[in-house]
Amino acid sequence: MDISSVLGLFNYWIVIVLMMTGFYIVIARGNLIKTVIGLNIFQISVFLLYITMGRMEAGTAPIIQKTAEVDQAYSNPLPSVLILTAIVVGVATTALALALIVRIREDYGSIEEDDILALDRES
Amino acid sequence: MIEQHLPVLVVIVPLIAAPLCVFLFNRTLVYLFALATCWATFGLSLFLLAKVLQTGPISYELGNWPAPYGIEYVADYLSTFVMSFVTGIAAVVLTYAPRSLNEEVDPSRHYLVHPMYLLCLSGLLGICITGDLFNVFVFLEISSLSSYALISLGRSRRAPLAAFQYLVMGTIGATFLLIGIGLLYQLTGTLNMADMATQLGDDHGSRTMLVAFAFMTVGLCIKMAVFPLHTWLPNAYTYAPSIVTAFIAATATKVSVYAFIRIVYSIFTPQFAFDVHGLDVFLTAFALIGIFVASTAAIYQVNLKRLLAYSSIAQVGYMLLGISMNNQDGLTSGIVHMFNHAVIKGGLFLVVGCFALRLSSVRLEDLRGASRTMPWTSFAWVLGGLGLIGVPLTAGFVSKWLLLTAALDNASYLVAGLMLLSSLLAVVYVWRVVEILYFSEPSEAVKSSREAPWSMLVPTYLLIIGILVFGVWTSYSVGIASQAAQALLGGSP
Amino acid sequence: MNLTPSLLIGISLAFPLLVLLLIGLLGRSPNLRDGVTLILSSVLFYFVCCLADHVFQGGRPEWLLGTLLPGFSIAFQVEPLGMVFALVASGLWIVTTVYGIGYMRSHNEQHQTRFFACFAVAIFAALAAAFSANLFTLFVAYELMTISTYPLVTHHGTEKAKRGGRTYLGILLFTSIAFFMMAIGWTWSITHTLDFQPGGILQDSLESGNVQPWQLALLLALFAFGIGKAALMPFHRWLPAAMVAPTPVSALLHAVAVVKVGVFTILKVAIYVFGIDLISETHIGDWLAYLAGATILLASLVAMTKDNLKARLAYSTVSQLAYITLGAALATPASVMGGGMHIVTHAVGKITLFFCAGAIYVATHKTDISDMRGLGRAMPLTMGAFFIASISIIGLPPGGGVWSKWFLALGTVETHHWFLLAALMISSLLNIAYLIPIPIRAFMKPTTGEPLKFKEAPLMCVVPLCCTAVGTVVLFFLANQLYEVLLPITKVTQ
Repeated sequence: MDISSVLGLFNYWIVIVLMMTGFYIVIARGNLIKTVIGLNIFQISVFLLYITMGRMEAGTAPIIQKTAEVDQAYSNPLPSVLILTAIVVGVATTALALALIVRIREDYGSIEEDDILALDRES
Repeated sequence: MIEQHLPVLVVIVPLIAAPLCVFLFNRTLVYLFALATCWATFGLSLFLLAKVLQTGPISYELGNWPAPYGIEYVADYLSTFVMSFVTGIAAVVLTYAPRSLNEEVDPSRHYLVHPMYLLCLSGLLGICITGDLFNVFVFLEISSLSSYALISLGRSRRAPLAAFQYLVMGTIGATFLLIGIGLLYQLTGTLNMADMATQLGDDHGSRTMLVAFAFMTVGLCIKMAVFPLHTWLPNAYTYAPSIVTAFIAATATKVSVYAFIRIVYSIFTPQFAFDVHGLDVFLTAFALIGIFVASTAAIYQVNLKRLLAYSSIAQVGYMLLGISMNNQDGLTSGIVHMFNHAVIKGGLFLVVGCFALRLSSVRLEDLRGASRTMPWTSFAWVLGGLGLIGVPLTAGFVSKWLLLTAALDNASYLVAGLMLLSSLLAVVYVWRVVEILYFSEPSEAVKSSREAPWSMLVPTYLLIIGILVFGVWTSYSVGIASQAAQALLGGSP
Repeated sequence: MNLTPSLLIGISLAFPLLVLLLIGLLGRSPNLRDGVTLILSSVLFYFVCCLADHVFQGGRPEWLLGTLLPGFSIAFQVEPLGMVFALVASGLWIVTTVYGIGYMRSHNEQHQTRFFACFAVAIFAALAAAFSANLFTLFVAYELMTISTYPLVTHHGTEKAKRGGRTYLGILLFTSIAFFMMAIGWTWSITHTLDFQPGGILQDSLESGNVQPWQLALLLALFAFGIGKAALMPFHRWLPAAMVAPTPVSALLHAVAVVKVGVFTILKVAIYVFGIDLISETHIGDWLAYLAGATILLASLVAMTKDNLKARLAYSTVSQLAYITLGAALATPASVMGGGMHIVTHAVGKITLFFCAGAIYVATHKTDISDMRGLGRAMPLTMGAFFIASISIIGLPPGGGVWSKWFLALGTVETHHWFLLAALMISSLLNIAYLIPIPIRAFMKPTTGEPLKFKEAPLMCVVPLCCTAVGTVVLFFLANQLYEVLLPITKVTQ
C-alpha cells in the first residue's frame, strides 16, 4: 500500500478515527451528556461513510443536461438522500436521550452514572 | 381495491393512527381509538396471511416504483406469520392495558402511551414486511425510539435510566446495522434485498461483504439481546410499565430475530454465513452459554419481572440454536419458537401485571401466598410456567421437541443434551415462584388484596390458553413455519 | 350395546375427563360430586372390561386421535400388556374412590374437589399411557401424570409437603426431560418411527449397521434412568418423598398408577422398541438386570430400617418395582411374563397395604410401626388384610405374588444369572423380615398399660381394603387366565 492510496482513502481514515473516538466516549465516559455526544460522533462518522461512497472523482451532480458529454460521470445522489433520513433519526435519538437525561437529573440530581448507581444502591 | 394495498395498509394504519391519538384529548377516546386500530391491524394482517397462504408471496411496489429502484414490500410466509402474532399480541395487550396503566403510569402521560405503542407496532411491522434494507433500519429506529420512550414511562425513577441505557446500546446496534447496509450498498449498488442477493451471488470472498456481515450481525445481536450483548434488557424490562414489558418482550426481540433470519438466509445465504465463515459455531456456542448463564441468573432473581427478563435472554438462545442449524428442521424450530415464546412470555408478563396491580410490587417476597387471594392469576402463572418449561401439551414443548429432533438428526448430540439440561433450569426458576405463590404464609400485601379484575384476567387467559391451544394444534404454527423455512432455504429442503 | 373397539378406547379415555368436568361443576355439593365419581368410575371399568374382552380374544383396536407434529401423532393401540394395566388402574380407581371418600371425610381434609379432580387426570394419564401406540403418546401421558400428581403430593400445603413435592417433581422432571426425552429423540433419529411394534423397531437398524451395540446399550440406559417413575436406584428418592401425600394418593398413585406407568413403560420399551430378542442376543440388558438386582436388595434393606409405616412401604415399592425392571432387562419370555404379572399382583397387594396404613392412621393417628402394638385386637379386619397382602408381596401361596416371582426366577435360571436368582431369594426373606412383624406385633403382643380405646376405621375405609386383600388371593387362582392373556407379549412376532 503506497502513500497515495493511503492518502486517497483519506475520508475513510477520518471515518474510522471518528467512529472509534465516538465509540470510546460512549464506553468510557460516565457523564450521560458526554455519552450522548459520543453517540453523536459515532453516528456522524457513519454519515460521512455514506456521503463518501456516493461521491466519485470527476462526477457532477446527477442532472442530465443537453450539453453533457456522453461519457460524463455522475455522483450517486442516493447515499446523500439516505443519510438525510439517518440524520433525522439521529436528531430524534439525541432529543429523546436529552429528554431522558433531564428526567434522570430531576429524579437523582446528578448526571454522573457513578453517582446515580451509588444512589440506587443506597435506596 | 383495498385488498391490493393490504401489505402497505398493515404498516400505514397504526402509523397514521399514532399522531391522530395525540389530538384526541379525551383519555378514554384515545384508548378506544388505539384499541380499534390495534384490532384492525390484527385483522388486516390475518387477512394478509390468509391471502399469502392462498396465493403465495405477494410483492407490493410502494408508490408504483418498480422493484430494485423503488421500495418493495414483500409479504411472504415468514413475514406475514411474524406480523400476525405481533399484531395479535399487541391487540391483546392493549385490551388488557387500561387498569394496569392507571396504576403504573402517571395519568397525565396516558395520552403519550398509546401513540408510542402504535408507533412501535408500526415499526415492528415495517421491519417484517419491507423488502428494502434501508427501510429495515428506519423502521427499526421507529420501533426502538418509541420503545425507549415507553420504557421511560415507568413509575420508578430507575425507568428513565434503564431507557437511557437501552437507548445507548440500541443506537449502537442500529448504527452498526447502518454501517453494514452502507457497505453492502457500496458493494452492490442496490438496497432491495432480493436484488442484493442476486448481485452478491456466489461471491463469498469479498472482504467488504464479510465486514458488512459482521457489523450487521453484531448490531442485530444487540437488539436480539444475545448473550453477552444482553445487558440492556433486564433493566429495561424490569422498570418499564407492565404492559410495555409484555408487549416489547413478546414482540421486539422476536422481530429482531426475524430480521436476522432475513439477513442470513435471504441476503448473505447460509453457505456464506455458516459454511464459509462458520458463524453457526459461534452462534451455537454463544446461544448455549447464554442459555445457561441467563437461566442461572434467573434462578437468583428476587424480582419477578427481572426473572422473566433473564428467562427471555435464555429463550432467544433456543431460537438461535435452531436458526444456526442450517437445515429446514432447525430453522422451522427456530421460527416456531419465536411464535411460541411470544405467546408464552406475553402471557406471563400479563400475569406479572396482574400481580403488580393488586400488590403494587413484583418482588417475590411480596408475592408470598398469593394463591390464597389471587387464585386465577396464580394458576395462570402455573400454566404459563409449564409452557416455559416445555411440558407436553403446551406450546413450549412443541418447539423444544422440534429443536431436539432437528439437533439429533443433525448428529449434534452435545447440543441436544445441553439444550435439554438447560431446560431443567427453567423448571427451577418457574417452580421457585410456584412454591412462593402456593406454599408460603401470605404476606401483608397479599392478605389485603383481591383477585385481579376481569378486564385483565380475560386477556391474560386468552394468551395463557393460547399456550395450551398451540401446544396441541400445531398445524398453524408448525405448518406455516416449515413452509417459511422451506421458502428461505430456496424451495427444496 | 354395540360399540366398536376403537370407539371404546375413546370412551374409556373420555370418561376420566368427564369425571373431571363434573367434579369441577359439582364441587359445591360433596355428596353429589363423590356419588358421580363413584358411578362414573364403575361405568368406566365396565367399558374397559368390554375392551379387554375384545383385546384378549386377539383384537388390536387402534384409534388415531390426531397428529401433534408432522411425524408424531397421538395414537392409541391396545395390546394385552396395556390392557391388563388399564384394567388394574381403572378397577382399583373404583376401590380407591370409595376409600378416598371415607378417608378424606373422616379427616376433614381441605380442597377435596381439587383432590378428586387431580385424581381423575392422573387416571386419564394412566389409561392414555396404557393404550398408547407410540413412544410419543406415551411420553405425553407420562409427563401429564407427573404434573397432575404434583398437587396431590403437596396436598397439605405444609413446608414438609413443599419439600416432598420439590423432590418429587425435581427428580421426575429431571429424568424425563434429560434422559427419557433424549432417548425418544435418539430413537427417532435412528429409526424414524416411534411406533410400538412386536419384535421391536431397532432390529433393522442394528442389522444394517446404522447403530452399534454400545450405542444401543447407552440408549437403554437413557430409557432406564429416564423413566424415573420406575424408581430404579439412584433415581428412587422421589417415591419416599411422595409419601407426604394423603394415603389414598400413596395407595393408588404411588403403589399403582404412577409407579406402574414407570415399569409399564420400561416393559413396553423392552418389548416393543428394543424387542426381547435384541436385548437377549446382544446382552445390552445385563448391567440393567444387575442394577435392578442391587435395587431390590438395597431398597429392602432400607425398608427394614424405617419405622414409619408409609416410608417402609415406599421402599418396599422401590424394591418390588425393580423386579419388573429386572424382568424387562433379562428379556426372556418367562421374565417378561413375570414382569407383566407382577404389575398386577404387586398393584393389588401394595394398594391393600397402603389402605391399611391409611385406615390405621384414620382410626388411631399412628404412623410409626413401633406404636402399633396390639392394634390387631382393635382392628382385626385391617390387620388381617395387611397380613394377607404381605403374604402376596412376599410371594407365598396363597398370594398372587407367588406366580410373578416364580416366572422371574425362571427367567434368571434360563439366563444363568445365579446371583440374580440369589438376590430374588434373599429379597423374599427380607420381605418377610420387614412386613410380617407388623401384623404379628399387632396381633400377638399385649398392649402395655392402658386398654385400647381404638376401633376399626370407618366402613368406607375398611371395605375397600378387605376387597383388595381378597383380590390378592383371587389372583392366586386366576394366574392361569392372566398367563394366557399375557402370553402374546412374550412372542417375538405376532
